[in-house]
Amino acid sequence: MTDDALSPLMAQPGAHVRAVSDALHGDLLEISMGPHHPSTHGVFRMTVTLDGETVVRLKPVFGYLHRNHEKLGESNSYLGSMPYTDRLDYLSSMTNNWAYALAVEKLLGQPVPERAEYVRIILAELTRLLNHTCLAGFLLQDGGASGTPLMYAFREREKILDLFESLSGSRMMCNYQRFGGCRTDPTPAWLGAARVLADGYGRFLEEYEQLLTGNEILMARTQGVGPLSAALAVSAGVSGPMLRACGVGYDIRKVDAYGLYPRFDFRVPIGADGDTYDRYMVRILEMRESIKILQQALRDIPAGPILDPKAKQRGHRPKPGEAYGRIEGPKGEIGFFLVSDGGASPYRYRVRPPSLINLTILEDMCLGQTIADAVVILGSVDIVLGEVDR
Amino acid sequence: MSEAAAPVPPVTDSQRAELRRHGILLTSLEELCDWGRSHSVWPLQFGLACCAIEMIAASMARFDIARFGSEVFRPSPRQADLLIVSGTVTKKMAPMVIRLWNQMPEPKYCIAMGACAISGGPFKQGYNVLKGIDRFIPVDVYIPGCPPRPEALLHGLIELQAKIRKERISGADASRSPQAAVKPECTVPEYGEHDLVPTQDPVLWKPPVLVRKEGA
Amino acid sequence: MDTVEQVRERLLCRFPGALVTVVLNPGPAAQHSLLVGAANAVEVATFLRDAPGLRLDFCSNVTGIDWLEREVTEPAAGAPEPKVKRVIAGYLEVVYHLYSVELRQGPLTLRLRTANRTDQVSLPSLTPLWRSCEFQEREVFDLFGVVFSGHPDLRRLLMWDEFKDHPMRKDYVEPDDFEWEPTPHGEVLERAKLHYPPKEATP
Repeated sequence: MTDDALSPLMAQPGAHVRAVSDALHGDLLEISMGPHHPSTHGVFRMTVTLDGETVVRLKPVFGYLHRNHEKLGESNSYLGSMPYTDRLDYLSSMTNNWAYALAVEKLLGQPVPERAEYVRIILAELTRLLNHTCLAGFLLQDGGASGTPLMYAFREREKILDLFESLSGSRMMCNYQRFGGCRTDPTPAWLGAARVLADGYGRFLEEYEQLLTGNEILMARTQGVGPLSAALAVSAGVSGPMLRACGVGYDIRKVDAYGLYPRFDFRVPIGADGDTYDRYMVRILEMRESIKILQQALRDIPAGPILDPKAKQRGHRPKPGEAYGRIEGPKGEIGFFLVSDGGASPYRYRVRPPSLINLTILEDMCLGQTIADAVVILGSVDIVLGEVDR
Repeated sequence: MSEAAAPVPPVTDSQRAELRRHGILLTSLEELCDWGRSHSVWPLQFGLACCAIEMIAASMARFDIARFGSEVFRPSPRQADLLIVSGTVTKKMAPMVIRLWNQMPEPKYCIAMGACAISGGPFKQGYNVLKGIDRFIPVDVYIPGCPPRPEALLHGLIELQAKIRKERISGADASRSPQAAVKPECTVPEYGEHDLVPTQDPVLWKPPVLVRKEGA
Repeated sequence: MDTVEQVRERLLCRFPGALVTVVLNPGPAAQHSLLVGAANAVEVATFLRDAPGLRLDFCSNVTGIDWLEREVTEPAAGAPEPKVKRVIAGYLEVVYHLYSVELRQGPLTLRLRTANRTDQVSLPSLTPLWRSCEFQEREVFDLFGVVFSGHPDLRRLLMWDEFKDHPMRKDYVEPDDFEWEPTPHGEVLERAKLHYPPKEATP
């Protein structure tokens, strides 16, 4: 579809609902879904052009939560940006912290002690459990199961947040990773509580899956909805469970082998068709793999320092240079690109946002689907606006 | 109704407690209205950023905002009483927030939840961040925190309920009523070339007056 | 994976006249990058995406950087001392991080630079090659002002359409919409002093 053929349908600022007419399609309806909408996962806006109920064109509009995080990064010190990374993907603050710490550690050449690596992996997998659980809840909420799956999901989330709170002091904005390790040492009591949670999570997943996975409404609403081909996904920079649902077995934990992930035995679930059901199932299966990693890590965690004793605590001034560090966050590849000019703040601080880049092909997935399906497809992309707009 | 008429001396609380023990509830129409209003405040399903997740957590099983009467979060502003501004209000989003506020029927209340809604929060140094939603709409309760715990939101809601219970239903200082004649709407800003136009509502908000100290 | 120098050799074999230089990245990270001239950028990028052995089909990250005019002190050609000062004109730079999903390798960092920061800010768009550049190049256009020719839909991404400035540039001045608050932060205090009533006025 060239822009010339569709220029009367170009998204106009301020337009909410318009009737447009197009030589190719006849009378169409242009609706602005969002930024205030029950199912847009935050302040996300889509300008959807409909032919009856079928989506003919969909243009996302961003920026409603643009808090100039990157500009702030240029005036904050390196450590001062750590609390701001919590607020990017505000559901998974531990993994954001780790990605940033990884990028700065690459820039500094800072090694990390073994115990800290284990703790980082434990927290990252707990975050993955939390995120995917919430996603299943929100996806079903978008599908119309008003409230109940989300209640179950948040019940488990509260248990994980209790662990985060007793370790880092805050439920959501943990600000826990440091350059060269972690901020505080988990106590044996905390590790015991984490073990209990990891062992019990399998039972919760059984319960959840019994209610959801074979559910015929879920299957009718998600199978065949929003298919995405592997070639388009790779070209569009899609990463994370969304890419793996298309059949591409690319998991940064296996490819980059960062942290101590090579020591752990886990599989990477891959989907077949790339539709919404596959994206949902890949996440459920990833949760099971996360439980395996958690159990292994909690069993094998060594004693030792939690922060490299020779690491500088504050006032970092890395030598001029640049570094790009990325990890497999729950939503996809979250990376930080830092350019240092030798000063106390980075010269350029860039966040690679998985949610924004996963939305590149939102239009492609939604074309030809009904508008109700567009809501479910958006839910399965798993976006968090803090990351999309930064 | 003339203001000069002497008000009827109210029944004391101890007398009311005595009557209550006998199964007789004594109240005034005003108290009844306020009691009803304060215990069925329906918020708008409106979450901007991270605080929205804590707001959702407050409505979930562990913290349960439903026991305070805020069972249903209405998606439509026409059906909601309470706007919980949870999260950073960016300049791009500000006109939408104010339009939503204008669409809500009276009596309506606003809670500014989180540091960002109060004053811009950690993102205050931002070209796209509105330095507090009270620049454009009148806020009843401010809840500090980043993000405030769900218990803090419930505390804020209780404070709002206490505020509602003090409202009058008639007279000059009556609370805003749905039947009120055309009420002034809050100014909706436009997107300017470098900033919002106007940057704040001049009636509702003024920059603080500065007093220069000697020797400062 | 080939090192940056080896990739450069392959590129110069394939495109003899192309402007491809290696930009060394000092520091422990050692992620060196390739600077490609704007004229050959699209064909070089196509080669990088399709060449056997490279197959860089995944563009992970597109970053804009604003380099102001700066002075560098370098040893003169021929004699290490005395060092000469050289002024490098300002430019806007776009950095692409490329990975290969097929061959599980990467990253290769690609850089494109504009001629200056004022009027010659156009670069070829790599969106026809990697779809992931679509939104990220729009963001670089929005926040830095780099105009990507060949981009299917170049308009602002994060700021509203009527906005005129490019906020991530180093010389962007924010609108002064702060209320005063006491802080030891020096710059904010200076700005706040502008809001003080003049000393001569009687209260």
